Amino acid sequence: MSEAPAATPGEPKVDLAAARAHGLTEAEFAEIARILGRTPTFTELGVFSVMWSEHCSYKSSRKYLKTLPREGPNVVGGPGENAGAIDVGDGWVAVFKIESHNHPSYVEPYQGAATGVGGILRDIFTMGARPIASMDSLKFGAIDHPRTRYLVNGVVGGIGGYGNCVGVPTVAGEVMFDPGYNGNILVNAFALGLARREDLQSARAHGVGNPVLYVGSATGRDGIHGASLLASAEFDSESEAKRPTVQVGDPFTEKLLIEACLEAIKTGAIVAIQDMGAAGLTSSSSEMAGRGGLGVELDLDRVPLREPNLSPYEILLSESQERMLIVAEHGREAELAAVFEKWDLHAVVIGAITGDGRWRARFRGKVVADIPIAALSDDAPLYDRPTQPPKRSLHEARPHAVVVRPEPADALRALLSSPNVASRRMVFRQYDSLVLSNTVAGPGGDAAVLRIKGSRRGLALKVDSNPRACALDPYLGAITTVCEAARNVACTGARPAAITNCLNYGNPERPEIMWQFARGVAGLGDAARAFATPVISGNVSFYNETEGRAIPPTPTIAMVGVFADVSLNVKHYFSFPGDLILLVRTAPPSLAASEYADLFKISFGALGPIDLVRERRLLDGLVECAERRLIRSAHDVSEGGLAVALAEACFNPDQALGAEIEPVATDAAAEAWFGEGASTVIVSAPAENLKAIHDIFAPLEVRPIGRVSAAPRLKLGGWCDEDVAALRRLYEEALSGRLGRHD
Amino acid sequence: MKWGVVSFPGSLDDRDALWALRDVLGQDAALLWHKDESLGGAECVVLPGGFSYGDYLRCGAIARFSPIMKSVARFAADGGLVLGICNGFQILCEAHLLPGALTRNRSLAFVCDFVNLRVENAATPFTRAAHQGETLRLPIKHGEGCYVAPEDELRQLEERGQILLRYVDARGEATDAANPNGSMRSIAGVANDRFNVFGLMPHPEHAVEAMLGGVAGRKIFESIAGAAR
Repeated sequence: MSEAPAATPGEPKVDLAAARAHGLTEAEFAEIARILGRTPTFTELGVFSVMWSEHCSYKSSRKYLKTLPREGPNVVGGPGENAGAIDVGDGWVAVFKIESHNHPSYVEPYQGAATGVGGILRDIFTMGARPIASMDSLKFGAIDHPRTRYLVNGVVGGIGGYGNCVGVPTVAGEVMFDPGYNGNILVNAFALGLARREDLQSARAHGVGNPVLYVGSATGRDGIHGASLLASAEFDSESEAKRPTVQVGDPFTEKLLIEACLEAIKTGAIVAIQDMGAAGLTSSSSEMAGRGGLGVELDLDRVPLREPNLSPYEILLSESQERMLIVAEHGREAELAAVFEKWDLHAVVIGAITGDGRWRARFRGKVVADIPIAALSDDAPLYDRPTQPPKRSLHEARPHAVVVRPEPADALRALLSSPNVASRRMVFRQYDSLVLSNTVAGPGGDAAVLRIKGSRRGLALKVDSNPRACALDPYLGAITTVCEAARNVACTGARPAAITNCLNYGNPERPEIMWQFARGVAGLGDAARAFATPVISGNVSFYNETEGRAIPPTPTIAMVGVFADVSLNVKHYFSFPGDLILLVRTAPPSLAASEYADLFKISFGALGPIDLVRERRLLDGLVECAERRLIRSAHDVSEGGLAVALAEACFNPDQALGAEIEPVATDAAAEAWFGEGASTVIVSAPAENLKAIHDIFAPLEVRPIGRVSAAPRLKLGGWCDEDVAALRRLYEEALSGRLGRHD
Repeated sequence: MKWGVVSFPGSLDDRDALWALRDVLGQDAALLWHKDESLGGAECVVLPGGFSYGDYLRCGAIARFSPIMKSVARFAADGGLVLGICNGFQILCEAHLLPGALTRNRSLAFVCDFVNLRVENAATPFTRAAHQGETLRLPIKHGEGCYVAPEDELRQLEERGQILLRYVDARGEATDAANPNGSMRSIAGVANDRFNVFGLMPHPEHAVEAMLGGVAGRKIFESIAGAAR
């Protein structure tokens, strides 16, 4: 054992009170003292508090996450890397991940959302992949809540401000408004990159004596304890005071960092590389060395600083953005430094890999932290928290009796202009969805479609969530979410291939929340197994509560699908007058957890059972129909039900078309026209393909319900005969009308 | 014909312009580095879209001082063809190679969308493959594309035919509703008075493939390639 670490002059005293202020429990504090054989220094206390925070250690969730299917014939690379990767053919791998930036975005919406985008992009290019697409899942409070407009403008501005400037297109996403998020919005950011398989990088250090390089922006005081105090605790009235823990983004530097890192990777001189994300220098150095079973020694005096006199504690815990840590091959430091210099970025050797399994930091000649590296990762605490089903359903408080059911024509107009159904155009119009020249279908469809240059192949991606269904039943709700994400991807003709997820829940120390989480993970796992779509990466966000009130359970699912031939992609809108319109579904529709039920304040009811074999049949059938060119459009029926989906399918951007739909023979008309729940897709096809389509989807119900018309009117079963352009105006203008943005 | 696409730090659509020219249109195109002064023998220099130097000051205000811009100015003075797209247009205005300036969009928000553009003067090296009055559908994506110039300058631009593109609606009318950023006189693209420097806010390099938003952008590149022959 080397010299005992020294306290830095002026540091606060280390005792139980200090540990508690850092979010550590008494037992955790005692465990730290046991591991070290002494009381930690203040610097060490800070290091333990971030590495053992829920955000970094997954101490409450690991037990459940282990049950998710992670393997598959298309999965590339082992677990524990910065993001997951799948083989998409022709030598290409797609690297992708989704991550939450909920609390920072609530406290400081512009920078919180911006740095969420920046952070997830770094997780992608650190793998050696060029980021080619972003998506975002956004949950705001009620649209008329006094803070919502401010938060929407800030978050959307931040995503656009960062994403547009860094040159990665934002190609899809989702936006939802629900009072359940009034005090705790969700900002989940997804990024996807492409790499040649042989260029994939590792975050596993090897080679004792290999130098550790710090590259990118200088270190400042921003973001200290973002992971531990902001992300791993509930909100209260003091949360505004945590605004300084939110980092500030610099997309220009990120753009330079992307180019420089991808160029540096090409030299072959990089052993391991990782983003300095949550817990900054501490996590990146300890995780890279730890994965290799090695140690690391850092000289904090060499770290580029934005301002003088940062303490070792601040340097180690800063979450300043746009920084990466690289383990280089010994003797090739200069080669790498030259690349970063070309891009006007810092590249400084700040330490070396050691063989003693210790994580050690020096400052002004003295050791200020000396910790067994396993204690910061593998040996971090692991909890099996109690679970307890709630006594009452989350929606029991809702009114049960229908006062007056609206006339269906009024319901359709109300739904098309409802904040959760209306076009998101005013949002996605603020995002560059075209840069990099891969966007075959951008925002506004069922899923985004990207081509892969120099290949016939392509990708489809979509992010989905369904908190209403999850609030009714966290298990079935999670399955519903996976089904919807997969269906959106399959509607474009791509075969769903793999999942990344962001699991947003309340305080895991409460048994009812832990039960929601456990049930959600179980549902996600069952659906992922049924669809053979492994969960290759993800993130857990707990403590989404304000003043003791948790958000609805919100597992956000991003699905990535692969096209063998992207030119066969299917649009979501009708294109040929005279085409048959077919309804394909796995089960009858229901108003449970529907937008209709929410809008007209009727009982949410209960979710029906989901047959995953039938769901899989629907997905496979959609892909086969696309590959055999049997269908000309496919659109998922989701919020607002069949009537809304039919209207959306009439909104062809290039020509005015309509649809004539026969009456439904049922006494449950609201369910038929506005029900959601079960998986339903509307496809359009030439009449002569009906038999083939029927055979492909069997035993599912495939029912012709009408035809695409040249006249631009939506005619639904005798109760609706509306001008498509008028409906479209309603749909396009509703959100900007409510949020007050005009252009 | 030989094309040079300048990469400033923060340029984004440099790769898209290179892809469109080299891989789609089969032109001889290469990237030029902002720290170099050589234009690599290019017969047309493209200043691409993006956020040069982060555009933390006025858009294009720093890029105009790049070493390569000295060469671009000399090249333009000698009659060489220069095409500025989006941020490139902003840089050309900052460098006084084009008249006017580009300011925040009227909506104060970034806008990414497809727009209709009317070709106002088809007798230039940048538009000769199009017809006078033809409508081109191209994407825009910018936060600061509102073209402004003093009234007498605007009058001169009109008289000399330097306004090459205007934002119009589906019927080809330059209405206020069809103006996506509040540009004066719906101006989307202008040339200098010698017609060898052209700047436009829309992105022709993002409209060269049928699968990705149409092929109207080819008209601009084909005009230039034809002009050099």
